[in-house]
Amino acid sequence: MALLDVENLTVRFDTPEGEIHAVNGVSFTLDKGETLGIVGESGSGKSQLNFALLGLLARNGRTGGRAMFDGLNLLDASARQLNAIRAKRIAMVFQDPMTSLNPYMRISEQMAEVLMLHKGLSKRKAVEESIHMLDAVRIPDAKNRVRLYPHEFSGGMRQRVMIAMSLLCHPEILIADEPTTALDVTVQAQIMELLADLQRDFNMATILITHDLGVVAGFCERAIVMYGGRVMEEAPIDPLFEKPTHPYTRGLLDAIPRVDQGQDALRAIPGNPPNMAGAPKGCPFAPRCGFVTERCWAETPPLVAFDGARARACYRPIEEVAA
Amino acid sequence: MVIDSQKMHSLAQATAAEEVAGRSLWADARRRFVRNKAAMFGLVLLVIVVMFAGFGNFFAQWSNQEIDFSVMGMVAQEGGPSLANGHYFGTDDLGRDLFARTVQGTQISLAVGVIGSAIAVIVGTLYGATAGYFGGRLDNLMMRAVDILLAIPYMFVLILLLVMYGRSITMLFVGVGLISWLEMSRIVRGQTLTLKGREYIEAARAIGVPAPVIIRRHILPNLIGVVTVFATLLVPNMILTESFISFLGLGVQEPLTSLGALISEGARTIAYGTLWQLAFPLLFFIITLFGFFFVGDGLRDALDPKDR
Amino acid sequence: MLVFILKRLAIAIPTLLLLIVFSFLLMHAAPGGPFTQERQMPPEVLANLNAKYGLDQPLWQQIWSYIWGIVAHFDFGPSFVYKDRSVNDIIAQGFPVTLTYGGVSFLVAVLAGVTLGAVAAVKHNTIIDYFAVGISIGAQVLPNFVMAPILVIVFTLILGWLPGGGWRFNDPSYWIMPVIALSTSYMASIARIMRSSMLEVLNSNHIRTARAKGLPGYRVIIRHALKPALLPVVSYLGPAFVAMITGSVIVDIYFSTGGIGKAFVDSALNRDYAVMMGVTILVGALTIFFNLFVDIIYGWIDPKIRY
Repeated sequence: MALLDVENLTVRFDTPEGEIHAVNGVSFTLDKGETLGIVGESGSGKSQLNFALLGLLARNGRTGGRAMFDGLNLLDASARQLNAIRAKRIAMVFQDPMTSLNPYMRISEQMAEVLMLHKGLSKRKAVEESIHMLDAVRIPDAKNRVRLYPHEFSGGMRQRVMIAMSLLCHPEILIADEPTTALDVTVQAQIMELLADLQRDFNMATILITHDLGVVAGFCERAIVMYGGRVMEEAPIDPLFEKPTHPYTRGLLDAIPRVDQGQDALRAIPGNPPNMAGAPKGCPFAPRCGFVTERCWAETPPLVAFDGARARACYRPIEEVAA
Repeated sequence: MVIDSQKMHSLAQATAAEEVAGRSLWADARRRFVRNKAAMFGLVLLVIVVMFAGFGNFFAQWSNQEIDFSVMGMVAQEGGPSLANGHYFGTDDLGRDLFARTVQGTQISLAVGVIGSAIAVIVGTLYGATAGYFGGRLDNLMMRAVDILLAIPYMFVLILLLVMYGRSITMLFVGVGLISWLEMSRIVRGQTLTLKGREYIEAARAIGVPAPVIIRRHILPNLIGVVTVFATLLVPNMILTESFISFLGLGVQEPLTSLGALISEGARTIAYGTLWQLAFPLLFFIITLFGFFFVGDGLRDALDPKDR
Repeated sequence: MLVFILKRLAIAIPTLLLLIVFSFLLMHAAPGGPFTQERQMPPEVLANLNAKYGLDQPLWQQIWSYIWGIVAHFDFGPSFVYKDRSVNDIIAQGFPVTLTYGGVSFLVAVLAGVTLGAVAAVKHNTIIDYFAVGISIGAQVLPNFVMAPILVIVFTLILGWLPGGGWRFNDPSYWIMPVIALSTSYMASIARIMRSSMLEVLNSNHIRTARAKGLPGYRVIIRHALKPALLPVVSYLGPAFVAMITGSVIVDIYFSTGGIGKAFVDSALNRDYAVMMGVTILVGALTIFFNLFVDIIYGWIDPKIRY
């Protein structure tokens, strides 16, 4: 049985401008120790999907569908049930370490409170344990720096702190939401390497949310490509890169600049990300798709499995897209 | 009443950020403003008050200086609000028509509020824009001066001035206006600093456009949003300040009057059972404050829409 | 932290000196000296008076001895009107009263305002929120000079529960109306500021992190949200403090409490410049040191500006 089983998950926001449909019927599973990538550009709903899993949506957000974790539907769970799972069994690393750590509290306080809460450790014990974890994420001189405030760390170091904090209780699932987006390119590689090592050491199932296909290729076994709050394609990493079967995935892959092919210009996907207001109709990618058909505008293509482990949501036959 | 400086800074950032989409910012703002019930309610209140101040005298049966000798001395019994003798709001304790006096008080209070607010906004904007634009040591010096001035108990100094140099309505306008430019200058300075870093302004500087031209063409238009909101919210504060001073008897002098002076009179005579002397001026006072407050708040929310 | 405080002091002291010099020059430049009155005084009497109050000395010497008197002996000099009372006597009489009802009002405004604002934000868009917003918007058009007569009408004239004026240190029923009159509109302002900053903080990323840690809701608010949400309130405390001292003028007039505001108004009516200046400088000094205190609280909350 899968560790996490998400079925037909939807997320909606009530705003004065109308209802925003951020996530529209997403399903996936995650096995023990597996690494899953969720790829999409900003506004594709990938972050909201994961906030929904831990009940972290903004106040005007509503969810639908099911997300089964250890016999419990996370979307229906009470605050008390969720609090027992958060950080202890499912932990999150957020995108912007600058604002995601509390700027008014020492690192020691912020880390220790997790252990005091979930493991009932004393303050002293909890700080000690936190220092060990900071060592594990390779923060030099952790013993002294644990007393500092977040603004006294560099961006990369802050993200290491964030990662250390999320691992304190050895969670079964780690959700990393764009963990490297806010960082310098050289630091990005270090952080991804660190995450890969820790994932192996702790044997955690990991969901990596990113807009960067390169990062997914290096880290994940399997990936989901999202657009307009829907899953466009799902596949193990190698086949996904070798033979993308959805026009959007193809567009994403083509947009990666390649030194070896000596291309002159960047190939961007034309058009803008979709407007998520109002109920969606048809395929969300249709306005930007080079393969669009009449049917794409009227009906939403369902996610259809093929080749065993793969699935795609497109009316065009595979051969035509994956040329 | 206070102008929330955190919200004002947020507004400054919001209007500075959208300088590319300038036109749609104002179009969106108008749409949001019209849809904001509180803001429209405030606008209606303001229209009522302005109409009352502007045209009220056409309906008055008595002038504001005439003394109605038929009620004089028996104000508590005879001077109540009445349609029969033409004193819609009753009379004051001297037998003067309270309707006419309230009209005049509203006029004066509005004038003090608007002029005081204008003075504060003009001084504050010029000061802040100068400090922010030239930066460096000048900025440091100018802002340190603001810090120091903020520590002065203004109301006391203003009273001191009014007592020493004699009461005059000009002194009141200037004094009230000069109290409130400090916060404005801080906000404008911050926004000017942000704008100054923009490429198009650096480009203008690089090709030698003189500073006053850059400030006038590029900086000031961007400040309109903040300045409008601040000015609107400042008016009720000015009215409050003026009322405070008039309440002490140091504000406008007879035969002129203001809402604050009328409230003060009404409060003094309350023990004689002439409730209307307090109630009518107070009603218009509150309507005016609410009107400006709701409109200012609505303008700000329209220009800087955030859930709060 | 010590450096931070010293830096602040380095600004505060020159500000205070500047205020003293400014007030003094203002008084000196006022049309007519303090003894110019309707009835003419013989020139020799005037000269005597001027000599007694040191007004015949050069200006800089007058300023210097005035400042020295304040700094070294905390002495604001003699009153220009009451022959047998010094400015110190007059201030000392009213100050404890003002400090009492002012301090209580300040505490009430801050505690009630912060609580109201925080609860409204946490219960955003519920009945409780609307109720709190309604109160805080309504109360801010009720400044002290409007509240005072209304309170007297209701509690003294109609209900007859509370004394309509006067002051007794040992009878809090004399305190109630001054405190309500003085604190209501500031309570409302603080509630509004607190509500909007709390809403902003509750939407911030680090609060989401705190929730992702599995902390119960109340602990997220108390441990993580309260401190940053208080920052804008703390920066409003300075202006609120000044405004409340200013409001004591109204309270003293309306409730005959006999505080420092009364001394100020009386001296304004008597043209007793020495007392007016003394009160202005005292209030200025209080303001400056209160702001210093506020800066220190700010630094204590926000580690980024501590050094």
